[in-house]
Amino acid sequence: MITIKHLTKEFNGRKVLDNLNLELPDGKMTVIIGRSGEGKSVLLKSIIGLLYPTSGSISIDNKEVTRLSERERETFYKTCGYVFQFAALLDSLTVFENVGLSLLEHGLKEEEVRPLVIEKLALVELHSDIMDRYPSDLSGGMRKRVGIARTLISHPSIILYDEPTTGLDPITSRVVHELMRDMQKRLKVTSVIISHDLEVFKYVDYVALLYEGNIKYFGEASTIWESDNPYIYQFIRGLTTGPIQQN
Amino acid sequence: MRTVKSVFTKGLRVKELALQMKRIGVDSSSVIVLSTLSSGFALALQSYAGLSRIGGQEMLGVIVAWGMTRELGPVLTAIMVCGRSGSAIAAELGTMQITEQVDALRTLCISPFHYLIVPRILAGTLIMPFLTLFGMFFGILGGYLFALITLTSSPEIYLVNIRNFLTLGDIVGGLIKSCAFGYIIAFVGCYKGFQTTGGARGVGLSTTQAVVVGCIAILIANYFLSVYLWKAGL
Repeated sequence: MITIKHLTKEFNGRKVLDNLNLELPDGKMTVIIGRSGEGKSVLLKSIIGLLYPTSGSISIDNKEVTRLSERERETFYKTCGYVFQFAALLDSLTVFENVGLSLLEHGLKEEEVRPLVIEKLALVELHSDIMDRYPSDLSGGMRKRVGIARTLISHPSIILYDEPTTGLDPITSRVVHELMRDMQKRLKVTSVIISHDLEVFKYVDYVALLYEGNIKYFGEASTIWESDNPYIYQFIRGLTTGPIQQN
Repeated sequence: MRTVKSVFTKGLRVKELALQMKRIGVDSSSVIVLSTLSSGFALALQSYAGLSRIGGQEMLGVIVAWGMTRELGPVLTAIMVCGRSGSAIAAELGTMQITEQVDALRTLCISPFHYLIVPRILAGTLIMPFLTLFGMFFGILGGYLFALITLTSSPEIYLVNIRNFLTLGDIVGGLIKSCAFGYIIAFVGCYKGFQTTGGARGVGLSTTQAVVVGCIAILIANYFLSVYLWKAGL
């Protein structure tokens, strides 16, 4: 269980997250939605420790993660994976080196890492013949899948996805959504997704709406279209009138 | 100190170090040859013009050699490498920063300091003496070519005077300076790269700042190092 209590994050005196409280259930997929610039990525990066909160706490399985030492953080990163918006593959490395990077850097030999990389690429439906290609030779969808394979190599129990379908065509988006759901079902991981794509509701268990630095709605995805919460009602229908103000 | 500590605690990535030495050093060699050769030529010409007023033309060789080994060689090489490699380091790391590649390393339990900064700083510090030695040689060669082409000074006397008056200390002093300059170039490039924010404009800004700050730091460090080496008898 990821538990976030009274989380506040300020940038130059501006509160992006303001006393935010949220509980993300184990082994489930939760999507966090909200307007652009509401702080969704800030929330995700705070969970994984890439950003430090101004105040408040984030605990995973009752372990506080905002005040970890460097050594504890290394162990934490083995249990928590992050899929970046544009995959963030290292462009000077091949697909094999990108996916196996964490293992290679921690002393495993290439011949030990190779079968593991092939296995993870197969999980994301990529063939091993792309292993010697560079990220610049791959399509956007392939890059995202390589990014997911790179995250899976350390067997995380939690995966955070930052807008995994941004910039992808509807067919590739569907492939990525199905892949995320498949990962969650097969590997029993807890998934937290940031998305603007309403199609994601078909694949996730829970939906959280972030507005003005706080969670205004949290509920099951299956009943979201019946919800009378004014924030979620306005947001998912794209209405211009309602409690969510235009920028 | 953190760089040295990182090498001892996490090991040295030899392959990456060799790659960075090639990028910073070998790939800069043609620029160094052209700039030091032409500077040596110009230094010889100006020195000859001055020396001829006091009848000291025969000292041309050693004047050029002292200039190239103690000052121009290390400083000119460092400024050329700063423009070429310092900017490249800042641009590469800056692009990695804004495309979240640095954050990706952190989430993979890889220290960006050990993975990205240590090999560049070590490569810069270790390769600069070799580049500088290269620059010193071509600078002196430039002066020799001046003597040979213009025939205003005897090429033989040019070489004899260098043999008689240039000491190992002159060269060693220049090489000590070059180690410090290599460290400055890589450190400033890495620092500015890691400080990059705000997209393509930010990368451009970091690149420019890496060159400007690097060059100024080299010139200031050169003064203090010259004073220190002079007091140390070099």
